[in-house]
Amino acid sequence: MNDIFIYAGIFLGVSMLMPTYRSLFGPTVLDRLVGVNAIGSKTIVMLILIGLIYKRADMFVDIALAYAMLNFITVLAASRYFQKQKGLYDEKPEK
Amino acid sequence: MSILITIMLICGLIFFTGGSVGIIRFPDFYSRLHPAGKLDTGGLVITMSAFALYTLQPFTLTAVITSIKIILIVVFVFITSPTAIHAIVDAGVRAGLVPWEKKEDNLI
Repeated sequence: MNDIFIYAGIFLGVSMLMPTYRSLFGPTVLDRLVGVNAIGSKTIVMLILIGLIYKRADMFVDIALAYAMLNFITVLAASRYFQKQKGLYDEKPEK
Repeated sequence: MSILITIMLICGLIFFTGGSVGIIRFPDFYSRLHPAGKLDTGGLVITMSAFALYTLQPFTLTAVITSIKIILIVVFVFITSPTAIHAIVDAGVRAGLVPWEKKEDNLI
């Protein structure tokens, strides 16, 4: 069972590279925000996987809960901040 | 029980991979939000229920409390993830981003 958790963690870490591409090269600011949100929700699963591998799941669950709250507050605050500012986007409206 | 946990873990990882590929491949900001929301709710629920089943294995009080905490994380994410996605959509609409339309020259 421990091997399955380790392989799942490796697979999750590799699939975390794809939202990293979006958050580095995204055409608008909000695209980067979507990528960061996806990475954060994968990190919650990753934290509980680490806790199960080290057999300390009772401690890592609290860290994962705090990380979920932090991720939500980050995305909400950033999107509320960027909706006031027009012209920050490097994507030109088409036509 | 071990086989059930493995199957649920693989289903959740399929959700995560599909969401990540969708975030890269979709053409528009608004359509990229759709796999982002699916990745949050769908993948997280299935993998977290697999973990809750696994921590319940030696049936003691500590295991039950840990399992309940994992289920509480799922409930929290179920409330907050659509709220976050909706806030991003609201920011995009108010900033005046134009939705993508299908044309002949921008087909990939």
